[in-house]
Amino acid sequence: MTERSNTKSNYSRRDALRLMAIGGAAGLIAPNLLGKPAFAQSPPASPTGRVVVGLSQEPTVFNPLMAHTEVDDALHFSVFDALFRIDPKGVLQPNLAVEVPSQKNGGISKDGLQWRIRLRDDVRWHDGEPFTAEDVKFTLELITNPKFRAWRTSGHSLLRDITVVSPTEVTWRMESIFAPYLSFLAETFMVPKHILEKEADPNAAAFSQAPVGTGAFKWAQRIAGDHIELVANTEYFGEGPYIERLVLKYIPDMTVLYTQFVSGDIDLVDQAYITADHYQEASKLSGRVVSLEPGASVESIYLNLEKPQFKDPAVRQALYAAIDRQAILEGIYYGVHALTETFMPQNSYYYNPNLPAQEYSLDRARQILDEAGWVPGSDGIRAKDGVRLSFSNATTAGNNLREQVQQFLQQSFAEIGVEMTISNLPGAVMWGDFWLKSQFDSAISGVTYVIAADPDVTNRLHTSAIVAKGGKGSNTGQYSNPEVDALLEKGARTFDPEARRAIYLRVQEIVRQDLPFLPLFAYTNVFGRKEGLEGFKPNANTRVASWHAAGWHWKS
Amino acid sequence: MRSFLLNRLSQSLVLLLIVSVIGFVVLNLIPGGPLAQFGLDPSMTQADLDRLKEQLGLNRPLWMQYLDWAWRLVQGDWGTSFRDGAPVLDVIGRHIFATLLLMGSSTVIAIAVGTWIGIRGATHRYSVFDYLGTVGAMVALSIPTFWFGLVGIYVFSLQLGWLPAGNMYTIGDGSALNYIHHLILPSIVLALVHVAIWSRYMRSATLDVISQEFVKTARAKGLSERRILMKHVVGNALLPMITLAGMQLPSILTGALVTETVFTWPGMGRLFLDSLGYSDYPVVMGLLMFSAILVILGNLIADVAVALIDPRIRLS
Repeated sequence: MTERSNTKSNYSRRDALRLMAIGGAAGLIAPNLLGKPAFAQSPPASPTGRVVVGLSQEPTVFNPLMAHTEVDDALHFSVFDALFRIDPKGVLQPNLAVEVPSQKNGGISKDGLQWRIRLRDDVRWHDGEPFTAEDVKFTLELITNPKFRAWRTSGHSLLRDITVVSPTEVTWRMESIFAPYLSFLAETFMVPKHILEKEADPNAAAFSQAPVGTGAFKWAQRIAGDHIELVANTEYFGEGPYIERLVLKYIPDMTVLYTQFVSGDIDLVDQAYITADHYQEASKLSGRVVSLEPGASVESIYLNLEKPQFKDPAVRQALYAAIDRQAILEGIYYGVHALTETFMPQNSYYYNPNLPAQEYSLDRARQILDEAGWVPGSDGIRAKDGVRLSFSNATTAGNNLREQVQQFLQQSFAEIGVEMTISNLPGAVMWGDFWLKSQFDSAISGVTYVIAADPDVTNRLHTSAIVAKGGKGSNTGQYSNPEVDALLEKGARTFDPEARRAIYLRVQEIVRQDLPFLPLFAYTNVFGRKEGLEGFKPNANTRVASWHAAGWHWKS
Repeated sequence: MRSFLLNRLSQSLVLLLIVSVIGFVVLNLIPGGPLAQFGLDPSMTQADLDRLKEQLGLNRPLWMQYLDWAWRLVQGDWGTSFRDGAPVLDVIGRHIFATLLLMGSSTVIAIAVGTWIGIRGATHRYSVFDYLGTVGAMVALSIPTFWFGLVGIYVFSLQLGWLPAGNMYTIGDGSALNYIHHLILPSIVLALVHVAIWSRYMRSATLDVISQEFVKTARAKGLSERRILMKHVVGNALLPMITLAGMQLPSILTGALVTETVFTWPGMGRLFLDSLGYSDYPVVMGLLMFSAILVILGNLIADVAVALIDPRIRLS
């Protein structure tokens, strides 16, 4: 006879599983209960605390539609809202609009010309007035007002018949199909009609000194040359804000910016970030979180393709082969950045990872030049058909890391019979006509190609964008390839992301083959913030780290 | 006196005119210009840049731009900042307090300490103190201010934690004590060079006076050394210092430039640097004119002060 075992538990297998589940959950929660409360990760019920963000330039343009630089975005993203926003994955999300229009949901007509935007009905300006479709119409029309010192007008200038259908619906017709416009709208912040329509000169409006938006933070005060203070908009329709005050502090010197991060005067380093040479030290600081986040810019050597020495593709290939990029990255940039073969940011949906990798080989470089008929002269410098393989290289004076790269390249190129002279200029001079009108032989520059994550690079690589030849854009290297032109035109007319992906993957292939510029590395930004500042999200598709201050909060 | 003043004022106007023409031309000759900041922005097309150029009036001939600017200036309109969109005088006004605070405190330190070192060095010539003063002054003059600034921050802020690493005050705490706490390090660093200058000038001026007959007479009369020093030497030695102080007035603008950058001080020196970087012509021209006026005023005040104090100096 078998007695029931005393050892048998009264628990069923299901009970055991349940216990295990509880135990597991307890295992996850317990440490939090002991050390820090489980609710520490969640934001506070009402906005509390202050965050000081360090910027290397001073934000001075507060009307987001006026010509401005990226540093002003730190304020625009917090005080204003756009119809859509771009999330860290590069996907457009509704902001003031209730949905992102597409051909699928009927927001954009099949021919891509008729657009309809539906808006939220619960948004108010900081002064309490309701936000309506009238504000959208006013904003879009102001941008193309010839008297207004607008920022970019491309895309906006294609709009016709902007119609307010109802307070929550606006429609317009596009003069021609322009798919990137959706992304452009993600950086077009809405301004209040009821305030600006009264101004005789929209450029000189009081609004420009004390802006009124719909964003998560309201304008409080500015101490010129020092900082701007914003306060929480407790009526905000979206997520947050969880902090009471957001301070944008201006610290012009990079070393001083870093010092103030170390001393604790600033809580988060934004624009300019932490320089690569401080990364190792910064990552060991206690009480600070330092992380590497991919950026959107690519550092390259730009070749002016109208110069006879660069017209020969063999020269461009040989120069590329003669660059020890790994050594530059490790030796000069402390291994912070990443190698790349293309202009497209590596976290972009449109990034082509299958491009041939550059191989550093001086022998290969010499061989390419030999085969192409570039013969060393009596001075050791190669020449062909009376053209010496000699050129100057320019970059912004005072950028010591770039200057080291130049010296390194100068030596490398000399070894393959190429002469490179260095002639640097102050930034304010470099980026003027010298750069825009292609007055350089070659230049080192970090360039962002995409605008608000849209892969359209017409402005940079289309033949029609060569300013030196009367074009409109910033194709300063004077690159021209009919196949790329055709692909870019097609890409700008295509709304379907998959179809666009195929187009831009091909563009990258051709550009990698043509080498109009020689990529050195893709920028990785060194972000630093105080421990306990939660809710911070890096987003390479925007130009500022504080693009989403609404979601920040201090760990309680 | 009146004709002297009128004469000086008319000369000053001519000087201002020359400064403005040279400043305007040189500034506009620098390639790049205010729109260069958009050169790397892929969204700005040349058409956008041309439009902005026209809106800012930068496409007109230079002489036309100058005349327009000068005419407005005469009417009291110093123009509008390209970068800020605010009137130039407002922009300057927003930064002047910070600079005055820093320059004021450092000048007080520099004059007090420099004068003391100079007089003591002269009265104790070739003593250890005198040698230390001389060497110290050489060091202070030959090492750049930013180095002192960075060392000061490293030692007193990062290592010892006694003083703030920068800024004019802690955001959220606008108390006088907080301002003073933040003022200590930058004003001492900025004062270092001026202490050196003052001490050297004061030393030689005192030595000059000490060797004068009237000091010997005073001594022969049996006056105490202390009385001689206070009554006869210091007063006379300070006279040339007034001219020096007048000449240092324009350094209100430029002298604090480096210190303001290192200590994140929102003053005029940094405004000048920033405005140059952005080619913000109206503000740079405004600061230039402001500086020129200060130089002229400084010299004028010094001359008048010297004349009033010392009747031996004739103003004819």
